Amino acid sequence: MREGAFFRGLARENPLLVYLLGLCPALAVSDLVSKALGLGAGVILVLLAAVAAARLLRPVIPERLQPLVWLVLVAALVSLVDLAMQAWLPALRQQLGVYLQLLAVNCLILGLVERLARRRSLSRCLRLAAGQGAGFTLALLLIALVREVLGSGTITLFPFGSFGGVIRIPGLSLHPARAVSLAAGALLVLGYLVALAGRLKAGRRRAEQRSAG
Amino acid sequence: MRSGGAFALEQFPAPHLHEGTTTAGMMFSVVLCLLPAGLWGVLLFGPRALYVLAVSVGTSLLTELAVSGLFLRRFTLGDGSALLTGLLLGYSLPPAVPLFIPAVASFFAIAVIKLTFGGLGRNWMNPALGARVFVMFSWTGPMTRWAAPLAAADALSGATPLGLVKEALAHPVHGVRGPIELLLAGLHPAGLKAGFFPDLLQRLGRLTPAGYGQLALGTMAGCIGEGSAFLLALGSVYLFVKKIIAWEIPAAYLGSFSLLAWAFGGLPFGTGLFRGDVAFHLLSGGLALGALYMAADPVTSPLRRPGRILFGLGCGGLTFLLRTWGSQPEGVALAVILMNMLVPLLNRIGARPAAEVKK
Repeated sequence: MREGAFFRGLARENPLLVYLLGLCPALAVSDLVSKALGLGAGVILVLLAAVAAARLLRPVIPERLQPLVWLVLVAALVSLVDLAMQAWLPALRQQLGVYLQLLAVNCLILGLVERLARRRSLSRCLRLAAGQGAGFTLALLLIALVREVLGSGTITLFPFGSFGGVIRIPGLSLHPARAVSLAAGALLVLGYLVALAGRLKAGRRRAEQRSAG
Repeated sequence: MRSGGAFALEQFPAPHLHEGTTTAGMMFSVVLCLLPAGLWGVLLFGPRALYVLAVSVGTSLLTELAVSGLFLRRFTLGDGSALLTGLLLGYSLPPAVPLFIPAVASFFAIAVIKLTFGGLGRNWMNPALGARVFVMFSWTGPMTRWAAPLAAADALSGATPLGLVKEALAHPVHGVRGPIELLLAGLHPAGLKAGFFPDLLQRLGRLTPAGYGQLALGTMAGCIGEGSAFLLALGSVYLFVKKIIAWEIPAAYLGSFSLLAWAFGGLPFGTGLFRGDVAFHLLSGGLALGALYMAADPVTSPLRRPGRILFGLGCGGLTFLLRTWGSQPEGVALAVILMNMLVPLLNRIGARPAAEVKK
């Protein structure tokens, strides 16, 4: 059975847990759920815009210059997202710090733009890009959930209305295992998730072989 | 070399004599050698220390049984390594620590550091030390509150000798020539208070020479099993004689550490080079436990002599650097696990290439 272009990025070709792309923001900003959501949204926006623009610009740009142009394109889009966040979500922008700007040289985004610009169908390109972005966000969210719940005993979302934005987990928030929210904890949690993804993949391959044979 | 294969093992006819050394036997010998220091710690710090040891050993055994059974489909409790890890971990915790900390630490040591990487023999970091560092960074507050057997009034206010010296050195000191003077000024030789048999210990406390005597016996604030350098050294004699631990590692560790402490230990006190107090540094903190029992763990230390000596030198150098200029008073755990990570590299020193494959 083949999934649609969008769903492929969520599990089978998850950029973070299967291809290990975009590791540095994943390790750096996965200590709070709100940061993971913010960065994930940024990645999806930049990916969609960059893939669409690259796909449309490709016929008029000489082959040799393409990587350079894509770099400038992605950097410009990241700057746009950065400025928009500074204007409308200054608190989140402050939390993300330099890692939002570093998306300009993110291997996941640059690699995907380079790969998808050659495709023929624009709508398929966009669905693939959205799937990759959503898969990245999902994996980032998973890491952040584990790290924040164990490492701080809270779940930080965005404040609206009477809700302050932070859910405290009773018991855990008094004595959280701080080491999980340090850098070593990021590597540990990522390692376990990658191992889990590998195990699921192996199980699926066995099932496919059984049904084929 | 015989024809037919690339190489052949030499074979001898029976009878083959087996020395009788098994993994479980080694583990239980180490446990036995550790017991005097642990009993002494329980005696000094009272039932609280016993609970901490019981929780850390109990959780360690349960985790080994559950995780190894569920994921590896093996029963590995019998090799004794989980018992030893739990015991070493309990020894390196302060006696007043809340009981969830030994439980989490034991789980982390067995499930994450050891079994995740494939179980005994495949872990690349000493489980007890790795877990100690994990809980130290997670719950720094509870991990640095010490119950002092010598405290005159408040049983929870003591500082370890190393902590005391570090705190005193944070401000400029005048007229103090070494750590032992700071220690004598800071500790009250009022006799042993907490723990079992208070009357007996009170008398012993008065008999113990202040300063180095207290350090060697461990009658001051510290972790449960780390205090008595004397008892730990006594236990390790058997391990050296039976060659259960490689002598090169503790020798290089303690040797390089002493040399550095002698040469540069006086610098923070402004007494110049070659005036350091070696005895104070050797007898305080977790050095005896770390150097004799943890650094020489056969799984996480190099296989050959040159590697072992370099490993020991690295441990000694890092311990001294971390103790003297680090943010924490003690550096043994961090030094040893850092060197643990270099073991695969150190194992390449002096290694011969495996049998060459004929094309």
